[in-house]
Amino acid sequence: MTYPENFRYTKEHEWVRVEGDLGVIGITNHAQQELGDIVYVDLPKPGTVVEQGKSLGSVESVKAVSDIYSPVSGEVVEVNESLGQSPEQLNQDPHGTAWLVKIRLSAPDQLKGLLSAADYQAYVGAES
Amino acid sequence: MLAACGLESAEGLFAHLPEGVRLKEPLALAPGISEYEIVDYFRSCASENANGYASFLGAGVYAHYRPVMVDTVISRGEFLTSYTPYQAEISQGTLTTIFEFQTMICQLTGMDVANASMYDGSTSVPEAALMASRITGRNRILAARTVHPEYREVLRTYARYGRLSIEEFEYAPDSGTLNLEDLEAKMDDQTAAVIIQSPNFFGIVEDAKAAAAIAHERGALLVVVFTEAVSLGILQPPTDADIVAGELQSFAIAPSYGGPYAGIIATKERFIRQMPGRLVGETLDSRGARAFCLTLATREQHIRREKATSNICTNQALIALMATVFMSIYGKQGLRELAEQNLAKAHYLANKLKRRFTGPFFNEFVAPAGGIPPDTINRSLLKKKIIGGLPLARWYPELKECALLCATEMSKREHMDEVVNAFLPASQTT
Repeated sequence: MTYPENFRYTKEHEWVRVEGDLGVIGITNHAQQELGDIVYVDLPKPGTVVEQGKSLGSVESVKAVSDIYSPVSGEVVEVNESLGQSPEQLNQDPHGTAWLVKIRLSAPDQLKGLLSAADYQAYVGAES
Repeated sequence: MLAACGLESAEGLFAHLPEGVRLKEPLALAPGISEYEIVDYFRSCASENANGYASFLGAGVYAHYRPVMVDTVISRGEFLTSYTPYQAEISQGTLTTIFEFQTMICQLTGMDVANASMYDGSTSVPEAALMASRITGRNRILAARTVHPEYREVLRTYARYGRLSIEEFEYAPDSGTLNLEDLEAKMDDQTAAVIIQSPNFFGIVEDAKAAAAIAHERGALLVVVFTEAVSLGILQPPTDADIVAGELQSFAIAPSYGGPYAGIIATKERFIRQMPGRLVGETLDSRGARAFCLTLATREQHIRREKATSNICTNQALIALMATVFMSIYGKQGLRELAEQNLAKAHYLANKLKRRFTGPFFNEFVAPAGGIPPDTINRSLLKKKIIGGLPLARWYPELKECALLCATEMSKREHMDEVVNAFLPASQTT
């Protein structure tokens, strides 16, 4: 699976895609491969203010529970409720239907500090 | 080590023990006596322990009959010496009994899921409070003053250096039930949970539905606590609760000076990920046969360290097994009959005494001692080998003239009549 060019990435394996003044956040294909079968996702309630680099929830696989670190700061405006019923979407389509939350960006400049698709590809290539 | 504890001498370690039970000199054993003589010495000491006493003391620990089958089963080496069943392939026996335990607790409480057991009832309560806090994202807890006072102390201990803040609400002075107006007035949008006990500390059955409505109105959860598990044989299961926390001592667990006991936490399925402690699930083995294993363990401390759902990652397997065997022996109908006997005996006793509260009660009730200090009544009863009720002054100054009395299936009429005589000396025939 290739990493979309229009996304920005973190070294903790989250991605963010800008949609107007919102940032759509998810976990990367590399992350879901490392986690294995995902069975549960714990996400914040809309209205929660999250900070870049701080935990915004967790994702649980049969092997482990891992924190999701927010790639950007802002207020959570929408949560992907469908993951409650079918968390396996995170294994099937991590860059598409299995987005986690939408955040109203409070500091859009933070995006410039994140990795490009090529940088992230090189990073996970080096890591694995 | 003493310095680290802030103590000056080893004596300080024992300062909490009453003077009367502390040994101030070495055991009075002659030097060089034989094993036979030592055993004989301790046997004769043991015979001084209280035997053959009738007890009317409840208040969280109850004098119920323990069927002999219980110790026969739990004494089997496979149960008695077993370790945590991490390895499902060698632990099917232990895992099966825990799964049965969880199933029976769900049937008793009307909840969807129960864990493998907690340390005891008192520690189940703060775990339920923390669970409610995780679910709601709020930190304020409102506990009824009719929740067992020691459970509330444990709750405050947990809260002391943690995120929870604990407040209490009153009971109605006439009925001894929840003061719902006070609850409603103290509710706010930061309240994570309302904690009530039913039957409450005074033995009175609470209106959980009304408490649930008030809690849910403000987005808080309702935690229903029980100390007397036998009551579940006859009362409606606490299905208005979001979390049920309780103590199983009544189910064939000996009083044993306060423990070890087994607690429970049960909840609705949607809260399962925030439930503390161990959970056994049903699955299929490699040959497709029914099998059991620890499940949802990724939440637990041995895997998630400081990010674990809770700091309990064990259970009271052997003690919970006592309760499991007890429930298997009695069954649904047997437990109902047992509860009916408790109800009938307690009401027989209460009908001959005054009651402080008007609320409906199960096997405990508060009786005013009519001007005689409850301690004095208890001293006179003790001479007749009867352990009286709990004087309430220690926790409820407003009830300092009252005692909490409990009758169970073990209570004999002759002993109950002695208690009546002690409370009503005027009616005593000499």
